[in-house]
Amino acid sequence: MAPPVIGVLAIQGDFEAHVRVLERLGAETRTVRTPKDIGGLDGLVIPGGESTTMTSGIQREGLAGPLRDLVRAGTPVLGTCAGLIMLDRSHLGLLDIEAERNAFGRQVRSFEADLDMPALGGALRAVFIRAPWVAEHGEGVEVLAEVDGHPVAVREGEILAVAFHPEIEGETRLHEWLLERAGRRCRQASDTKNGGQAE
Amino acid sequence: MREESTFRVKSGLAEMLKGGVIMDVVSAEQARIAESAGAVAVMALERVPADIRAAGGVARMADPTKVEEIQQAVTIPVMAKARIGHFVEAQVLEALEVDYIDESEVLTPVDEAHHIDKWAFKVPFVCGATHLGEALRRIAEGAAMIRSKGEAGTGNVVEAVRHMRSIGGDIRRLGSLDKAELATAAKEHQAPLDLVRKVAEEGRLPVVMFSAGGIATPADAALMMRLGAEGVFVGSGIFKAEDPERTGAAIVEATTHFEDPARIAAASRDLGEAMAGLEISTVEAQGGLLQQRGW
Repeated sequence: MAPPVIGVLAIQGDFEAHVRVLERLGAETRTVRTPKDIGGLDGLVIPGGESTTMTSGIQREGLAGPLRDLVRAGTPVLGTCAGLIMLDRSHLGLLDIEAERNAFGRQVRSFEADLDMPALGGALRAVFIRAPWVAEHGEGVEVLAEVDGHPVAVREGEILAVAFHPEIEGETRLHEWLLERAGRRCRQASDTKNGGQAE
Repeated sequence: MREESTFRVKSGLAEMLKGGVIMDVVSAEQARIAESAGAVAVMALERVPADIRAAGGVARMADPTKVEEIQQAVTIPVMAKARIGHFVEAQVLEALEVDYIDESEVLTPVDEAHHIDKWAFKVPFVCGATHLGEALRRIAEGAAMIRSKGEAGTGNVVEAVRHMRSIGGDIRRLGSLDKAELATAAKEHQAPLDLVRKVAEEGRLPVVMFSAGGIATPADAALMMRLGAEGVFVGSGIFKAEDPERTGAAIVEATTHFEDPARIAAASRDLGEAMAGLEISTVEAQGGLLQQRGW
């Protein structure tokens, strides 16, 4: 069985840190810079970075449509920090949330803290860098963790988005969640294909 | 427990800037142009390096009003420069809550022996380096990000190339040494042994490394990325070009697609005049090189 292929959006940001975590967990990865990089992905990561730069890069490359199609087809997604912003209603519109950018303040307010996230295996050390929070969300969105009363980790269907950076803190449980989902999807796709051939 | 300004939080911001372009700006209007061109951060300055060079005299930290004007104009991180060794300028910039401080050779140094103790600050620092030993000394002092110095304000990328080749080459050589040889290597580089060991083991600096100094075209930016830079600073190259907005956007595009010559070609088309460049020998004769500031 081939490992699932995870696309990591590589317009700008800490995409290499995500690639390192995913490869350590046994995934095959592909950096995504143009629409031609999207075909055949079993999962997607939208990394941390500058959300304005990422927004203009997605527009320049014509990536918004292909990314929406990929995710609406049920492909699992992990978004971290700027990735959470990219997924909200005002950007790609894939997650029923409104993100507040730089919600904790400028860099001098950036911090790390212990976060309890029972849905994904319990406590973890979370690094927040000029981080957003979820200002508002729809009913279908499950809040997994909060800081100061504001949601900083949410899940809706196959989309998991967090305001912090598991990729730079040696935390692998969120990537494991993605890989588990992507693996299931990858197997389903190959079953359908094999079933189709047998008929 | 909540902790602000740990080293992971400081170096983490540099991680988020990777693959991006940091642009020098001298006004709110330029900051907005840089942001819409796709800059990951702006460097707030009184004058761009080419004008500092032309003006001569002592170059200092920017006026706080200017820094605040630029902070209010954009939502991307705002960096600002302090003079080498001038820890009070750095404290002022920290009080203004800039997102990164560049302890920079582009300004006139105030201390000929000591750099700022960067561990004492909540705001992270980026520092210039011409070679590996210099980079590691700055990291030992608390720098959370390194940039090759190049020769600022010249539009000539030759010095940035020299510095990136030197740092990259020395990192590769450290990786080939026997463990017993690392102590002597640390002595030669005049750098702490623990950092030298870490570099030898990991084959990279322990913090993010950008390139700076003389980058003026999309191809220049891509060249620095190919030589191992994780992003670029463009100073005079944007707002001394004929069409700053398009030049800025083109350099951003080439930095993302630095391994794709066809995309660099597309980004380089019809940009108008790039900034006028200077020969390094001319600069040297007219008052010396900025890169020699810092120790």
